[in-house]
Formats: sequence, C-alpha cells, structure tokens
Amino acid sequence: MMKPVQPDRTPQTLAQKLIARAAGRDLVTLGEIVNCRVDLAMFHDSSGPRRLKPMLEELGAPIWDKSRVVLVMDHYVPAQDEDSKRIVRIARDWAREQDLPHVYDSQGICHVVLPQNGHIVPGRFCVGGDSHSPTGGAFGAYMFGIGSTEMLGVVVTGEIWVQVPQTIRMIWDGVLQKGVCAKDMMLAMTQRFGMNGGGYQAIEYAGSTVKALSMPERMTLSNMSAELGAQVGLVAPDEVTRQWLGQLDQPVNLNPADIDCWQTDEGAETQDHHFDGAALSPMVAAPHSPANTRAVSEFATQSIQVAYVGACTGAKHADMRAAASVLSGQRVAQGVDLLVAPASLRDLALAKADGTHQILKDAGAQFLPSACGACAGYGNTIKGDVNVISTTARNFKGRMGDPQSQVFLASPYTVGASALRGRVTDPRTILNTP
Amino acid sequence: MSDVTQTVITTGRAWCLGPNVDTDALAPGHAMSKGIEVIARHCLEDVRPEFSTQVQAGDCLVAGAGFGIGSSREQAASVLVTLGVRAVIAPSFSGLYFRNAFNVGLLLVTCPRATDVADGDALTVAIDPGDGVTVASAQLGPLEVSPIPDFLLRRVLLGGLLNELKELKLKENHV
Repeated sequence: MMKPVQPDRTPQTLAQKLIARAAGRDLVTLGEIVNCRVDLAMFHDSSGPRRLKPMLEELGAPIWDKSRVVLVMDHYVPAQDEDSKRIVRIARDWAREQDLPHVYDSQGICHVVLPQNGHIVPGRFCVGGDSHSPTGGAFGAYMFGIGSTEMLGVVVTGEIWVQVPQTIRMIWDGVLQKGVCAKDMMLAMTQRFGMNGGGYQAIEYAGSTVKALSMPERMTLSNMSAELGAQVGLVAPDEVTRQWLGQLDQPVNLNPADIDCWQTDEGAETQDHHFDGAALSPMVAAPHSPANTRAVSEFATQSIQVAYVGACTGAKHADMRAAASVLSGQRVAQGVDLLVAPASLRDLALAKADGTHQILKDAGAQFLPSACGACAGYGNTIKGDVNVISTTARNFKGRMGDPQSQVFLASPYTVGASALRGRVTDPRTILNTP
Repeated sequence: MSDVTQTVITTGRAWCLGPNVDTDALAPGHAMSKGIEVIARHCLEDVRPEFSTQVQAGDCLVAGAGFGIGSSREQAASVLVTLGVRAVIAPSFSGLYFRNAFNVGLLLVTCPRATDVADGDALTVAIDPGDGVTVASAQLGPLEVSPIPDFLLRRVLLGGLLNELKELKLKENHV
C-alpha cells in the first residue's frame, strides 16, 4: 500500500516559528517583513505613561486590549526628586484612569517581575518598552525592546512589524567551573562579537552548558542579548522552564506539547558558534564598554571602592546567592561599599528565607530598594571618581550617574570576591580554599 | 510610495563621530527625567561638548559603526530632531535605534564609506520616491548606501509614526 505523500516542511528556527505564529502564517522566510499580533506589551514608568498618555490623547485612540498590557514602576521609584515624583505620579494616575489590570508598582524590575508573575510563557510574542526586554527569550518567548512611539503603535493597533531574522546559535558545551556563571559566558560573547555583533538577528543559546543552567541564569544570557546587538535572545524551553513556571505563586502549567513545538528544527538555517564552557574563566569588562572584556586574571591589581549587586541582569535571588557564597562568614575590605539592590521583592523574600540576605548583611552590605537604581543612572546614582565593580549590564561612560566613575562589569561571584579583597579578584581563589 | 510625491532634502555640514556612539551619550541618564529640549542641551556633552550649541538645522551626523547602541530610550533619536538634524549616516546602526529613529522622523542611512567623510564636509541627503535615498558629499561625490524599505521612508517623510497613526485614524473616520 502506498503511504500518503507528506508535504516537505522547510525546517524552521525557533525564531521563525514564534514569528510565524504571531503573523498567522505556517512558515516565514528569512529577511521578509511581516506584521505580528502582539500577545503582551510591557512598559515602565519612564518609557510608558509619561510618553504614551499625551500621544494617545493627541490621537484620541483607546488601548487595543488592556488585558495584554503590563505596567511596571521600576525606574523612578522610590522617587528621589520632584521630576521623579511627577513621572511616577503620572504613571499611577494613568493606571487608575485606564483601570489597567496588570500594574506592578515598586515590586521590582520589569524584566524579572514579568516572568515571576507568569506573564512570559513559551510561544508568546511580546514587546517591552525597555532595551533589556530580550530577557523574556529565556522562556522561549519572542520578546524585544522598542521605543515609546513604537509602543504607541502597538498600544493602538495591537500589531508590530518585524523582519524575520537569521538565527545565530551560541552553542556552549561542558560543565562550568565553580564560581563561573552565565554572566561570564555573556561577557566572553560580548568580547568576541562586540556590541553590535548580533546584527539585530535572533540569538539562540544552546548546548549542554545552557541546558544545565537554571532559569535565572538563562535570563542573564537572554537579558544581555541587548549588549550583543541582537533583537532577541532565545533559549528553547525544556523541563527546567516547565518546572520553574510550575512553582510560581500563580503557577503556569505547561504540557509537554507546549515545549516540543518551540524548538529549532534540525536542518534549519542557522549560523553556529561553539564555546567550551569548561575552559571559561571569570570575565571582567573594563570601562566603558561591555565588549572591553578580558579574563579576571588580567585585572589583578585593579582596586575597587564600590561593589554593586543590582539590576535585572545581576540581582536575582540566584545572583545574590552567588555573591553570598563568596562572602559567607566574612566582611568586605575596609573602604569598600557593597551595595545590593535586589531585582524584585520576590527575590528579596527568597534571599531572606534562605539566609542569603543575612550573609550579605553580615558581610557589610547595604540594601537598596528593589528598582533599577544606579544601573540606569536615574536614581541612587554612584557619585565621584570611584572604581565600581558591578553585576549590571552596561558600563558606558557616566552610565551609573557620574562620567568620572570607572565601572567594571562582572559576575556576582566576582563582585563578591572583589568586595572582599578591595581589588578585582578571581572568585575561584576564595571558593576553592577549604 | 505612490502617494508621497515630496522629495525631502537636507543639506548641511557633517559632524563626524567615532564608532559605538551609545544612547547614553546622546540622551544622558541624568537628564532623562526632563523634557526633550533639556535633554537636547546635553546631547553628546561627553563626546563633542560644542555640538548642541553649534549644530545648525540641516546638519548631518556621520558616525562609525554601531551608532545608537544601548538603551531603548527614543529620546536618543528625538534629541537630534529637536536640534534640527534630519539624517545620520554610518556603516551600521543598533537595530533598536534604527526602528526608533524612523518612528520619530529621523532618517538613518547605512553607508559603508561613512567613515571616509571629513568633519565639516557638506552633505546632501535626498529621499526620492522610486529612487530611495541618495547621499552626496561635496568632497567625495555620491556615496553608496543600503536601500531602506519604502514604508520606513514614507514614515520619515510624514515626520514619524505618530503622524502616520493620525493619518490612519483620519482615513478610518472618513470611511
């Protein structure tokens, strides 16, 4: 008997599948421009209401679907001055006026608050009014950052155009050494490819090293896809994704099928780069670019005065735990300020529950509000001609508030170790000492 | 672009910048709580401090690769419009900045030879329906540029996405 002929299905990347679904198509071709329906639009106090409200009024147009909009107050909270108070007030008043169902005020940083509240699920097509929006890609969602006027377009029409990107696969294999983590992987990639090396394509992180990473660590990779100049930074969902979403306060329960359909097909057109995870050492990016990266050993005499554990990139519970594992039972060096701004209230609660918070306090840490804080240079900025080592994503000149400051980017392990010694320090030298 | 007959030309001096000019240099964080006129006064203050006071309407920015890397803050593009700059020419741009620029009416032209342009050179940038974008330097002559999708050129000619949405709304109201 003859079998029915199966139509040949062109192998598709995960990025293509996500776009095709949002565009209402079976397949999309690399390079074509398509309109996508947006499942979720997120904006914050800085990019959102203060810019959107006047434009919506000018247009006389309503929000297309309030249930798909999430507003997070994280940039100007707690308000430090009159301008900040005004911006936050606009956001709060507008949220009330519009009766928005999803508002997170002073709960933490948008890219961390969103998944913690179950808004980011494999297969979704999302936009965020912030450049670190690719963080959502860690869950197998197509999520990217846009500016306020483009957000206006989304809020009014529910649609946005994309050019179907090529997929650059970053394939990491091998077991990371103790004290080496996703942040080091990312800094190694910004060193190799530069800040525009992603060419606004889709990056997909893959390989056994990535599969072994926890969700918060995968979020660090996806988050800093922005620093690689990619549109999105995807990790194909798997059992780790399913379990993480299942243990939320309001669990998201995925079927195996929800995971299986969001994988890159074998034979899909990708550009692959391979990395040896086992050989990776802690990495540090010197001022004033995340691409200005070298191995930690090359900074051995570099003194630091401020150690900052903060931002969506580097202050999740897992990041605070990493810093605490180095600082446990010890105090930071004299003359060093250790500042910790937990990424969200949930992360802070987790850190309190498992003793991480106490370890950091005993080490001399000063805790700051769960907000963007000094990372964006919008509030709680770091003043003066000081050397800062930071778990954040960017060290552009003046980024943390003062063009005089020298900001070094590193992992939470390296930031903890450097706080302990008062100079840039390889955390392996501390973790491997019995 | 059949419904756009206008040819917009900007002629002015070239302000040359290096590679990887980031959004925080164009729109510094410390000024971000202010209105666009104030942010514009701080545009490029750490790179070319004289820029915001000396730039003239019609001038162009000419930059190295990776122009606009960093934040999604579209004020990093709006400040240039506020200062009278209509176009930026560079070998490559941040993808996010590229979208933002067209949405606020700023034309970005991808031009491999941008780094050959001398500071102070006179540049003419034109958008011709049919022909797309052309760039000519007084010193180097016509420069080869990458094509830009028609819908984005149209958006720039309309002065940005807000105007496009207004137009769309007007059409809806007349149906």
